[in-house]
Amino acid sequence: MDTEMETEQIYQVDVGNLLAFNPNHRFSSAPSSRGELVKEILTEGTKLVQEIANKLFNFPSTETNDGPIVQLPPPTTKLPREKHIPRPKPPTKWEEFALKKGIQKRKKEKVVWDEQTNQFKRRHGYDRVNDDNDVPIIEAKESDEPGVDPFAKRLDDKKKRVGKQEKNRLQNLKAAEKAGALPSHVQLAATSLPISGTKAQPKKIGKDELGDVAGLAATSTASGGKFDKKLPGEKPPKKQGKHHKYLPVVSGRGDVNAEKEQTNNVLSKIFSKHSHEILNVGKAINMYNVKKEKKKSGRSDKLKPKKDITKKPANKAK
Amino acid sequence: MMEIRTPKTGKAKRVLEKRAPKLVETGKKTLILHGTKTSATLSSVLMELYRLKKGGAIRYSRRNENIRPFESGGETSLEFFSQKTDCSIFVYGSHTKKRPDNLVLGRMYDHQVYDLIEVGIENFKSLLAFSYDKKFAPHEGSKPFICFTGEGFENVPELKHLKEVLTDLFRGEVVDNLNLTGLDRAYVCSAISPTKVFLTHCALKLKKSGSIVPRMELVEVGPSMDLVIRRNRLPNDSLMKEAMRTSKDKPKKKVKNVDQDAVLGKTGKIYMPDQKLGDMKLLDKSKGLKRERKEAKLKHKEETVSKKMKESSE
Repeated sequence: MDTEMETEQIYQVDVGNLLAFNPNHRFSSAPSSRGELVKEILTEGTKLVQEIANKLFNFPSTETNDGPIVQLPPPTTKLPREKHIPRPKPPTKWEEFALKKGIQKRKKEKVVWDEQTNQFKRRHGYDRVNDDNDVPIIEAKESDEPGVDPFAKRLDDKKKRVGKQEKNRLQNLKAAEKAGALPSHVQLAATSLPISGTKAQPKKIGKDELGDVAGLAATSTASGGKFDKKLPGEKPPKKQGKHHKYLPVVSGRGDVNAEKEQTNNVLSKIFSKHSHEILNVGKAINMYNVKKEKKKSGRSDKLKPKKDITKKPANKAK
Repeated sequence: MMEIRTPKTGKAKRVLEKRAPKLVETGKKTLILHGTKTSATLSSVLMELYRLKKGGAIRYSRRNENIRPFESGGETSLEFFSQKTDCSIFVYGSHTKKRPDNLVLGRMYDHQVYDLIEVGIENFKSLLAFSYDKKFAPHEGSKPFICFTGEGFENVPELKHLKEVLTDLFRGEVVDNLNLTGLDRAYVCSAISPTKVFLTHCALKLKKSGSIVPRMELVEVGPSMDLVIRRNRLPNDSLMKEAMRTSKDKPKKKVKNVDQDAVLGKTGKIYMPDQKLGDMKLLDKSKGLKRERKEAKLKHKEETVSKKMKESSE
């Protein structure tokens, strides 16, 4: 590794990476022409490559058709990984149970002897041993209720077992995901529940629709969504701020009088120019009349029985 | 409500398994893209870099407006692309008035930005500007030699970082066995000043020398450029520690057909193929192979040899 020269030059060589580093060379701060600089660089480079090659070609090599093959040592420069080290999978519920009870895994034969047909049949798949669907006669037991189809019951039981197994599998995978050790080919996706009462799945909302809904929510704020906190990478809404419609003022663009009328109405309301328009005359008259009648009668109409004018007064007789 | 989704085709499953985190990692893929504006030099740099790394690089040709690697929100696009293409090194080029011919080399850990280094390109000389004997042109995908010269790479922290990033970029796959005839390229990087690095790509000529080790000669073939260090961002310590962590255990290699028996020791099974006794070949009764013929031939040979000897002695 040490090459003795006038200045002691020790190269740092990493054969596993075919990498060499010369930490001692100093390039002149006043560079000569570019061509000369390049030449100097190439000579230095050649020395380094030669150094690596010296080591490389002295390794024991095996001859093959393509050429000599050499076993490279593992690289010495530490470089960061691109992904994390795979995390250990947490044991499944069954595995925990088996560990606790001391149950060993037993290797099962693919082919099993079938007593009924006196031949070897496969354990799983087409024409298997002890197929659940092939039972011709199910004997009735005392515990059986009349009117219950035992074949249908068998199918039902199987469905329940399969459903339970699926549920357990989901729980195991959720636990694995929590530990960060989900197997690479499995993805857990959140699905929406079907609309209650029907089996229909709710419609999937597309990107544009979501954008519209977000825009609606933004404009319903006081500042029209200008200062809403945005997620990193979220695009700004298309039409920000409050939307005002300004009527045209220039005669070329539409009815000019509409805008004039609008502003005039506002002004007149402020200055009460046409006060009779502000006052609701009908209501004012009603209120005045009611007040007058109340004053006349002296008490409220609700408590006093209504005077019947058709009836004559009692003391008028004799 | 959660749903388990598994790939329905074998191809999809294999792709997913390739992208999963492994104990021993294979080569990193590079993503090459550019921002809103690129100059002529920058676009040729990106194109040539892509050609040098042909097997393990993906090049995006459209411009990307919202990528700002050094700002906190501007990395989301990069992380998304890294996830989609499974690339963990990226080379992002942009050209602005403030930073002309700008190249940002960055690495990812778990598809999150790990570290960044920004360099400016000066004195770029393209592949096409070099003339050489085409016999020595390096082959695509060959493992390169990488050489660093200059004390700057040890003393200046930015240059040290650049050295690490360039090693990662040019290294390619880590291999156990190397074919010595396939060595034909070298990258030479020299720190000509504390802020400038000269990078060039050379082909190798192996010449005969006295010993087993051939004499190496470098011929400049590829692009050469000056890299001027602008900004950099080192990874934070905890992330660096996690990324540099190597697992001590080797990947378990499944050994088939080996059983340990208490009585017999290590056992294995030999599986015999089905012997179809009816179809077996018993004797080769062809005339040429008859024993009598073989013996007669041998005898004839001996006679002629002895005859020749007699004649020569006479």
